[in-house]
Amino acid sequence: MHRALKLVRRRALSSIPVLLIVVTGTFFLLESATGDAVDAYLVSLGGGDAELARNLRETYGLDQSAWSRLWLYVSALARFDLGWSVAFNRPILDVILERLPNTLLLMGSATALAFLLGSLLGIVAGARPGSGVDRLLSVGSLALYAVPSFWLGLVLILLFAVQLRWFPTAGIESIASGKSGFDRAVDIARHLVLPVCALGFIYLALFLRMMRAGMAEIWRQDFVLAARAKGLARRRIVLRHIARNALLPLVTMLGLQAAAMLGGSVVIESVFAIPGFGRLAQEAVAARDAPLLMGIIVMSAILVILVNLLIDLAYAALDPRVGQGERRT
Amino acid sequence: MREFAARFIRSPEGVAGLVLTTCLLAMALSAPYLFPRDPLSIVGRPLLAPFADPAFPLGTDRLGRDVLAGLMHGARTSLLVGISAAVVAILAGAIVGTLAGFSSGWFDEALMRVVDAFQIVPGFLLALAFVSVMGASLPLIVLAIALGAWTGPARLARAEVLSIRERDYVAAAWVIGMHPLEIAFKEVLPNALPPVLALVSVIVAGAVLTEAALSFLGLGDPNIVTWGSMIAEGRNVLRTAPFLSIVPGLGLVAMVLGVYLLGEGLVEALARRRIRQ
Repeated sequence: MHRALKLVRRRALSSIPVLLIVVTGTFFLLESATGDAVDAYLVSLGGGDAELARNLRETYGLDQSAWSRLWLYVSALARFDLGWSVAFNRPILDVILERLPNTLLLMGSATALAFLLGSLLGIVAGARPGSGVDRLLSVGSLALYAVPSFWLGLVLILLFAVQLRWFPTAGIESIASGKSGFDRAVDIARHLVLPVCALGFIYLALFLRMMRAGMAEIWRQDFVLAARAKGLARRRIVLRHIARNALLPLVTMLGLQAAAMLGGSVVIESVFAIPGFGRLAQEAVAARDAPLLMGIIVMSAILVILVNLLIDLAYAALDPRVGQGERRT
Repeated sequence: MREFAARFIRSPEGVAGLVLTTCLLAMALSAPYLFPRDPLSIVGRPLLAPFADPAFPLGTDRLGRDVLAGLMHGARTSLLVGISAAVVAILAGAIVGTLAGFSSGWFDEALMRVVDAFQIVPGFLLALAFVSVMGASLPLIVLAIALGAWTGPARLARAEVLSIRERDYVAAAWVIGMHPLEIAFKEVLPNALPPVLALVSVIVAGAVLTEAALSFLGLGDPNIVTWGSMIAEGRNVLRTAPFLSIVPGLGLVAMVLGVYLLGEGLVEALARRRIRQ
């Protein structure tokens, strides 16, 4: 437990400068845009005079220099204040927190599907390297790995929602269905099947390939030879000796893929019209709401840091060698 | 070289990848000669089914634009963006990685924190923000995609440089009084590059997919036909004319798969040579 606390503290401290770089970089990127939120707002009003624009800029602090606004932003961020969304006319944190659960549900389910099914099929393929099943799974996973997720989403909609009518085409739940409790959970699950598959399949292929490659590597090691010489059953060698050792790199990969998956959910949420965090990013771009876009990027960075922290903790629990005073490079 | 080709041909994946990428490259290169008209111009009746009219073998879209012409020109855009983004990402990554690994100390630390920062922001969100701020011309899209792809090469190059800078020939370069930057970029960088180049296929494939996703969301250059924008356009008539979305999607699958397979075949052939040595 003490080891875990130390790990958390060290990672939190090392994340702060990285997060500051993200905030500064994003700030100046969005700063270089022509026009600001007030311009966009005035356009949506159908125009306005210079007086109104000046007053609005004063209210939102847009009349100050870039560096002083960056300082204001960072000090507000330290109090968990992400600013005010002009497009939604609400605090940005509220808007984001409202959308986040849908995305976390989508990402969590996709990760679970990819990890469980991917490692399972990877074990099947890696149990007998070079066999027919192995070849088939390798080629299949490579093909799946090449499929763009948004296109896969459209094909799934076409097959399972339009033709077969098994699942709904879009949304996160039936609108105004009045369902609650278990019925509502089933409804949401039915809506999530296709988007979870569209988002998760590419990672399923990735985990399958990693698992298989890791197992092929371990087959050649001496302790496997020793286990075979002892006359252990093949099933026991594959599951207890090889698969267990090949599983650890997959846990690391889980953390590395967190950012990519968050990016992927932008497109998937747009295909399936899911009101989530990723779709919010697209809405922020469409509404030219730079502070909202900034908040989304900062929040996604924090999310990725948190996911990686969780994975480090899991790793420390799985592998006792981790966290014994080693230095991160 | 001939020996290398012989080894390459023995891997079925590599050959399949070579065939796929060669076909797509041929499509991309021949597009302006076979279909000299702007693929975005209206040429026929709208929503013509594939194989119905010999003038338009793959039919027409909602506005009466030739799908085959769009497919050929789209291959061009896809390959161009994919390869350019990979070149930019690998060059930028190699330079940053070399500077970091060669300098060490606080400069190395600072550069690597910047790499960390780029790695924790989802690359697609970054590209989205970049394109929305800077505009959506082709060079800016290439840059936006490279922004999310240069960190892998940077880390790899740094790790290589850390081992190379201890070698004797680098020590010799110091002794004859070469400028540190000259040593870094003339002696160390070229030797650190080969393992980084193994990432090319993964980065090209990723860039092709990112470009497609960006233009699918309507953030691409509106004056250039891309497979992503064709899929988005077909999505409006997904129920009545699904081929409009499916055909360009198959093109994407073929391209990404071809690039992966080719890369895998090349890496495998190279690895076999190393083992033999």
